Amino acid sequence: MSSISRDDVAHLAQLSRLAVTEEELDQFAGQLEQVLAAVARVGEAAVGDVAPMTHAVPLTNVLRPDEVTPSLPREAVLAGAPAAEDGRIRVPRILGESA
Amino acid sequence: MSGAADLTRLDVAELSGLLTAGEVSAVEVTRAHLDRIAADDTRLGAYLDVQDDAALAAATAIDRARSAGAALGPLAGVPVALKDVVVTEGVPTTSGSKILAGWRPPYSATIATRLADAGTVLLGKTNMDEFAMGSSTENSAYQVTRNPWDHERIPGGSSGGSSAAVAGHLAPWAIGTDTGGSIRQPAAVTGLVGHKPTYGSVSRYGLIAFSSSLDQAGPMARTVADAAVMHEVIGGHDPRDSTSIEAPLSGLADAARAGAAGDLRGVRIGVVRELGGAAGHTEGYEPGVLARTREAIEVLAGLGADVVEVSCPSFDLALPAYYLIAPSEASSNLARYEGVRFGLRVGDDGSHDLDEVMALTREQGFGPEVKRRIILGTYALSSGYYEAYYGQAQKVRTLITGEFTAAFAEVDVLVSPTMPTVAFPLGTRVDDPIAMYAADLCTLPASLAGLPAISVPSGLSEGLPVGLQIMAPALADDRCYRVAAALEAAQDAARGHRLLDELTTPAGPA
Repeated sequence: MSSISRDDVAHLAQLSRLAVTEEELDQFAGQLEQVLAAVARVGEAAVGDVAPMTHAVPLTNVLRPDEVTPSLPREAVLAGAPAAEDGRIRVPRILGESA
Repeated sequence: MSGAADLTRLDVAELSGLLTAGEVSAVEVTRAHLDRIAADDTRLGAYLDVQDDAALAAATAIDRARSAGAALGPLAGVPVALKDVVVTEGVPTTSGSKILAGWRPPYSATIATRLADAGTVLLGKTNMDEFAMGSSTENSAYQVTRNPWDHERIPGGSSGGSSAAVAGHLAPWAIGTDTGGSIRQPAAVTGLVGHKPTYGSVSRYGLIAFSSSLDQAGPMARTVADAAVMHEVIGGHDPRDSTSIEAPLSGLADAARAGAAGDLRGVRIGVVRELGGAAGHTEGYEPGVLARTREAIEVLAGLGADVVEVSCPSFDLALPAYYLIAPSEASSNLARYEGVRFGLRVGDDGSHDLDEVMALTREQGFGPEVKRRIILGTYALSSGYYEAYYGQAQKVRTLITGEFTAAFAEVDVLVSPTMPTVAFPLGTRVDDPIAMYAADLCTLPASLAGLPAISVPSGLSEGLPVGLQIMAPALADDRCYRVAAALEAAQDAARGHRLLDELTTPAGPA
């Protein structure tokens, strides 16, 4: 079974948009190594050609008529946003300075 | 009676009777609970937010409606507490996380609306492990919650604020949510009844998602009958939840009444060998927990039930499967906390772009267990590892579900301890994820299969409560209530009082 290195944790944190500290990398790498060893036990199961189960309820697409239904007032939604301007959510720039 | 102190010790059936008969007002009942919260919650730490003014205003409106002759339901004026994972319009909702500090949602969860429509009065929001990830409530970003039976011990988790509030007489009942045991385990360690409904039978609309294929909300109460009543209020189809089942609830309060009558003849009970049910399968289980479980099963047999041993070998792999599936789903669900639309935003000073603001926001907003699970889930879902971890866990989930199906061809319900131990001391497992996860050993199989399961008190071990878990087939929640009520009634009759009456609160009546 594979293990999880400090570099792996740093990469996964970056993928997960977590600006983790050096101390956290040290702590998480050790803890996740242990957790991974424990959960890797699923590999012991003789699953053969058993189908994976995603959900406890047999799911089909649930559709409703394409009709306008009441939605939240704009002010109520913007009130919960960290920053709003001109009736819209203000976001940080999405491209670097050079773009 | 001495008023305030006594009203907080009544169960919901008793409160409902007094309110309906006009012997107490909703304001009196609400004020009694608010007073008790003010007096005791600095010690217990059950509530993250208390709705003093709004609760009294709601109670006043109910009293006015009653005196004007309006037709009110039996629960009008009964207080309730909601786990802070339940979105409530205008009321601070954090899911135990700093990333949602100060958020006042613009809408309410279906279960919150249904409870309000029934006339219940919201006392406040209860503490929890951050995003419901934990078994002790110590992962809350805000505060420690203490077990009313022993303040140095955990109240269970993740619904530990709800369990402490109800056992500590700070609410007559409360909503919990259960992903891997978070209703049943805290109920067990505080001497309460807690039921995880069949997946899909209670709406998830407005529950802050952790692991969407597992999350369910359900009742935490002092009696089986009260739990069944709350379940009937919150349950049933909701068009706003696409996983909601379009099937009626199966007569839950009736089932509780039938069970309390004490006749279990014809009921077949399976004792799960792999969950502490036989020699060789008891490692990690405390002797006191096993003893209370054996005695409870003897009581059920004494009421006429047929008891057999059942083997479900794949249950041994429920814990590893769960701790792959839940973190995987969580890593996806928690992507919505990006610092843009609601909640915390960090580093928005013009020098950081969106990606950096996201990473800084999530770093500051999430606690260590949440970060660990996001990282683990991201790993389990990544290319090259998916089949070995997430894919394999999903197949184990199929095996577990198949073993349940086979078992329920032979028996009506399955039983086990709810948790291998009594409440453990605060601080002993919080830095050891593997030890913490072991608290969920018995509750995980029913979670993975989406089945209903209840925890009902079975007695005390070393002065601390022990719970018996009763699991049933999908949509047969009524069987859980029936068998649980039979045990509760028989044990209450034998000891002459409720288990919870053995908990003496410092501020309580003599």
